[in-house]
Amino acid sequence: MANIYMPRKAEILSIIPQTDIDYTFRLKSNIMPKHGQFLQVSIPKIGEAPISISDYTDEYIELTIRKVGTVTDAIHELKPGDFLFIRGPYGYGFPIEDFKDKNVVIAAGGTGLAPVKSIINRYYRNPKEIKKLNILVGFKSPKDILFEDEIKKWGKSFDVLLTVDNGDETWTGNTGLITKFIPDLSIESPNDTIVIVVGPPMMMKFTCLEFLKRGIPEVNIWVSFERKMSCGIGKCGHCKINETYVCLEGPVFNFTKSKQLLD
Amino acid sequence: MGIELDVKSFDDALKILSKDYKIFAPIRLKGKGSFSDTDLVTYGEISSYRDIELSEKSRYSPKEVIYPITQTLFYFTEDEYKEPEIDDKGIIVFLRPCDANSYLKLDNIFLKNGPYEDNYYKRLRDKVKFFVIECTKGFSTCFCVSTGSNKFLDYDVFFRFDNDKITCDVKNDEFSYAFSGKEVEFTPEFIEKNEIEIKLPDVDKISRNIEYVFNHELWDEYTKRCIACGRCTVSCPTCSCFSMQDIFYKDNPKCGERRRVWASCMVDGFTDVAGGHSYRQKYGERMRFKVMHKIYDYKKRFGTTMCVGCGRCDDVCPEYISFIKIVSKVTDAVER
Repeated sequence: MANIYMPRKAEILSIIPQTDIDYTFRLKSNIMPKHGQFLQVSIPKIGEAPISISDYTDEYIELTIRKVGTVTDAIHELKPGDFLFIRGPYGYGFPIEDFKDKNVVIAAGGTGLAPVKSIINRYYRNPKEIKKLNILVGFKSPKDILFEDEIKKWGKSFDVLLTVDNGDETWTGNTGLITKFIPDLSIESPNDTIVIVVGPPMMMKFTCLEFLKRGIPEVNIWVSFERKMSCGIGKCGHCKINETYVCLEGPVFNFTKSKQLLD
Repeated sequence: MGIELDVKSFDDALKILSKDYKIFAPIRLKGKGSFSDTDLVTYGEISSYRDIELSEKSRYSPKEVIYPITQTLFYFTEDEYKEPEIDDKGIIVFLRPCDANSYLKLDNIFLKNGPYEDNYYKRLRDKVKFFVIECTKGFSTCFCVSTGSNKFLDYDVFFRFDNDKITCDVKNDEFSYAFSGKEVEFTPEFIEKNEIEIKLPDVDKISRNIEYVFNHELWDEYTKRCIACGRCTVSCPTCSCFSMQDIFYKDNPKCGERRRVWASCMVDGFTDVAGGHSYRQKYGERMRFKVMHKIYDYKKRFGTTMCVGCGRCDDVCPEYISFIKIVSKVTDAVER
């Protein structure tokens, strides 16, 4: 029986700084995950942490990692040619097949843009897969903006709204929380619109509520949760919320389910 | 049909079995208790009848025989990984029916939850042979009858220890060679009534009133009383949560090991996530999470209550918090 806890080596092909504390690590890998799945990423001697996959091809995967703890601090010390250790992918991703021929709205806050970036790029490559894509992305400040070039690129094909909570003297774009812009969003047919919301817990809660006010049925709203995990496979218990294991039944949840996740 | 043994023939059997098996049973460690001049009753390897402690409930359960407190998952050197070897010997565990049932509860998590079996658990679990100790009276905090864990029929050998008179029923023929003595009529008995009886809440009723139960004021008491020490979960035979831990060796920092260590939903840090968020910060919320896991959501998932009614959590709580009373309060709340 293969040892499921044993990670495999993945070479770092390149490292793309996004902000002072967020770097995208491109790893040599032929994993073809579902959008929204995650990996258990580790450095021997330091530890292991769940990281969502921000993009992939059949030759590499990308992980956008914020420097926020012991493991991620150590990952940020690595150079191209070094190795990260991975196992997975784990969890359920977005049921992308069900989104075909629909209007899709993706609302992402901060690093929450990482787990949905591959979906946006998928639609960028195959725009006819859906009717229309609206993208709302919010960051704390201009210096926290991730994937700036890609956001500009997406803007050529889709309606993209970029906002920051607090601008600075050079900022001429939108300011305010994502929720501020939802009332004015063009949503032609709520029943035919899929909404994906990923970000910090408070942002997800209030963003979902705003979309409900716009008449989007609960069943059309999808979210992705972040939880600590030691196993990623339903054993360690850290990610359990009430009766739900985020690693097994998530991290992607339909709103009808996520609203029942009482903590 | 049973076999009557005296202490010598029992010890002879242990000697024979010890060639192929490591043998675990409740033992008494003199002076190792929490307080001065007290003993610790726990699980350990035995070699004779006199090593087995039968008069007192073990503070720790036999779960660490198959799920050690600290377990090395692999060693790493500069360019290779190595899984630790395990002993070739089988494992015999002397345990009461509640604890034998607790192994089945752990099986559900480690072998059946999610798409993968846990290798490290399975390779020890597959070795286990159940030598069940007859338990007809229990202890003052036991409630195994209420949780349906008072019986365990899938034993390999069943023992009645009546002072120094030992009777056994060898169900697994694999062990027949070790036990010899006078054949006697013997029917294993199980406890039919504990001093404590509790009514477990109906799972469907909880489901229908989930928000009411979760937000019930009964949990507030434990925010005040519980000190989040985690003793209840460490002593629990069915608690299975763990954290990962990497270490490296001081004399060669390029080498080290990845371990898993027991964790507890009751203690700080269990739900920490990146960026400083954490969940269930109130101790009452943690208590609710633990209790509901034992009596509600585990049952929904696996069709059986997780708690085996051993009562160890009540025995060890330094704040005298009673799991039994909490369960009764939950039952009362849903039966309102």
